[in-house]
Amino acid sequence: MVAEGAGRERATMGRDGAMQQGERAETRDTTALHDDPRSRAPLVIGGEDFHGVTEIVCGVHERPMPRGWYVGFALASSALLMLLCLIGWLFWEGLGIWGLNIPVGWGYAIVNFVFWIGIGHAGTLISAILYLLRQHWRTSINRFAEAMTIFAVICALLFPGIHVGRVWVAYWMLPIPNAMGMWPQFRSPLLWDVFAVSTYGTVSFLFWYMGMLPDLATFRDRATKRIKQIIYGVLAMGWRGSARHWLTYEKAYLLLAALSTPLVLSVHSIVSFDFAVSILPGWHTTIFPPYFVAGAVFSGFAMVQMLMLVARHSFRLKHLVTMRHIENMNKIMLVTGSMVGYAYAMEFFIAWYSGNPYEQYAFINRAFGPYAWAYWIMVSCNVIFPQLFWSKRVRTNIALSFVISVLVNVGMWFERFVIVITSLHRDYLPSSWGYYWPTWVDVCTLIGSFGLFFTLFLLFLRFLPIIAMFEVKAVMPQADPHFDEPASHPVPAVAVASGAAAGRTQVADASKEGA
Amino acid sequence: MLPEQRIHGLAAEFDTPGAIYRAAQALRSEGYQRLDAHTPFPIHGMEKVLGLPPSRVPWICLAGGLFGCAGALLLQWWTSAVDYPWVISGKPLFSLPAFIPITFELTVLFAAFGAFFGMLALNRLPRPHHPVFGYSRWQRVTDDRFLLIVEASDPLFDLEETPRRLEQLGGRHIELLEEE
Repeated sequence: MVAEGAGRERATMGRDGAMQQGERAETRDTTALHDDPRSRAPLVIGGEDFHGVTEIVCGVHERPMPRGWYVGFALASSALLMLLCLIGWLFWEGLGIWGLNIPVGWGYAIVNFVFWIGIGHAGTLISAILYLLRQHWRTSINRFAEAMTIFAVICALLFPGIHVGRVWVAYWMLPIPNAMGMWPQFRSPLLWDVFAVSTYGTVSFLFWYMGMLPDLATFRDRATKRIKQIIYGVLAMGWRGSARHWLTYEKAYLLLAALSTPLVLSVHSIVSFDFAVSILPGWHTTIFPPYFVAGAVFSGFAMVQMLMLVARHSFRLKHLVTMRHIENMNKIMLVTGSMVGYAYAMEFFIAWYSGNPYEQYAFINRAFGPYAWAYWIMVSCNVIFPQLFWSKRVRTNIALSFVISVLVNVGMWFERFVIVITSLHRDYLPSSWGYYWPTWVDVCTLIGSFGLFFTLFLLFLRFLPIIAMFEVKAVMPQADPHFDEPASHPVPAVAVASGAAAGRTQVADASKEGA
Repeated sequence: MLPEQRIHGLAAEFDTPGAIYRAAQALRSEGYQRLDAHTPFPIHGMEKVLGLPPSRVPWICLAGGLFGCAGALLLQWWTSAVDYPWVISGKPLFSLPAFIPITFELTVLFAAFGAFFGMLALNRLPRPHHPVFGYSRWQRVTDDRFLLIVEASDPLFDLEETPRRLEQLGGRHIELLEEE
């Protein structure tokens, strides 16, 4: 075949070019991390072709789940059951079963709410912002992260929902005409929150589902059982990958990404307004919106990293989720972790600079008062440990990456605990000082929310395409229609910029073996 | 042979994005008008080769966004300043700065609805069946093969000449697709 011959010739050219760049030693070792930005590590390694990508991703779903999945599912669904029982009891008995008191009227529920909503932010960041910035490495992890966003938002929405006390009147939060003729208070940040979080959940779901359509079509076409054909057929909506479809699809996807980017920044800003708009020392600070957004991205990436490392190992995704992905995520955690550290320092500076004794007391009390233990857990997990990522050795070490991402999650939960509890527990007058301690119900509800999250996540791993197959294929060097053209054509600049050289070399190897 | 009106078109399979791209280019330059490509992922530049007009989905998205923005402002103005006027924290009844967050959120929400449902509507989805699903090797088209369709409505469509041309261009497994 003429085309094949030309392809081989071109591939050989690519290899020669690569050798001129002095990376002869690295062409074989595809896991090596390249420092030269023109020849970055390929995004798909192991010489996989398009069909190989399909096989890897569909294989996760078609093979029986590993035993760990069943163990995890048993644990997660038990925790979920516990959550449901505790919520039932809460509705029956009332908020007294929680550790809330006066002055601490916002306890675990709000801490958990802010924690979960923050976890979700990494998903949108990866899927929308990195898409707009043309960061092709996102393609292997975006589906994961988006799924995580949706499940985290579900967990987040749960907490204010059950915290209102009389849940049967929760609809008062929505602008629904009612017999009292009253409307919600549109000037309140708490109501802004209702709109922000529900919009965020809805848009994230649309983005996730739309991204999945072409992959659901692949599942539909590979399904052998009738029931699967019907279910995936309905979910794929008759997607057939027509050029006309792709044109509109890609435009719509770009628009959703462009809409999600300001949305994700607005959501955590509005969550931070719940605190910042009040006049409470420790909450009333203008740094809150950017500081909350950075913290959200930080904790979200830690969660993605944690889940991805486990899934990569148990579902054999090493050819799609490479060391380059892991290292990039660690770099983002380093950056956002440092931003959070800066914000902690700046809060103290502003408290001192303001000259306001209440403000100064709130921060001294935070670091050295009765909740000093929580404060220092937060600082060490969020500021100190992520600094280890300055070292490339640590960034590319899987065990250490996992441990640090777990620590960051712990630290970020404590950050919200510190913000909510320490600011509330000592009011202006010493006569209204108190100490908040959770009851076992609070702790078990938190554990239960992890059960809800992991139940949904494990079901996602079992039944849906966990890696965006079509996006991974589209960023492989072979996907360029000019890839196998005769060598007289100039190499397209885009292919060089996205580091296609190394990937092309592998194709050369593959086609040589074929010949 | 099927009667002419029951034919949707001819389908030919290609192995690489480059092969289908060049085949479509060649057919277009010969004057074929009604071509379509079915691919497992978007091939960039294909829309230019096939001469597809730009998508109209941005306009639907814009309309959604404007609706959301106007709707949110109207809702907040009418409920706070007209239907149940009540002074809260000394602010004017229509206190625009405090209404911006919800206006922004609803703008984004309806713009996203516009983009998503606009995409489905313009692509005529959901659609339970389509003639291309009748292609015997369809399974590979959502995996790693590239299907070029010459529709029967094309003025140059010919049951003898078109398959021959597709074969010359490197197409394989050429099949006639029936209308449903």
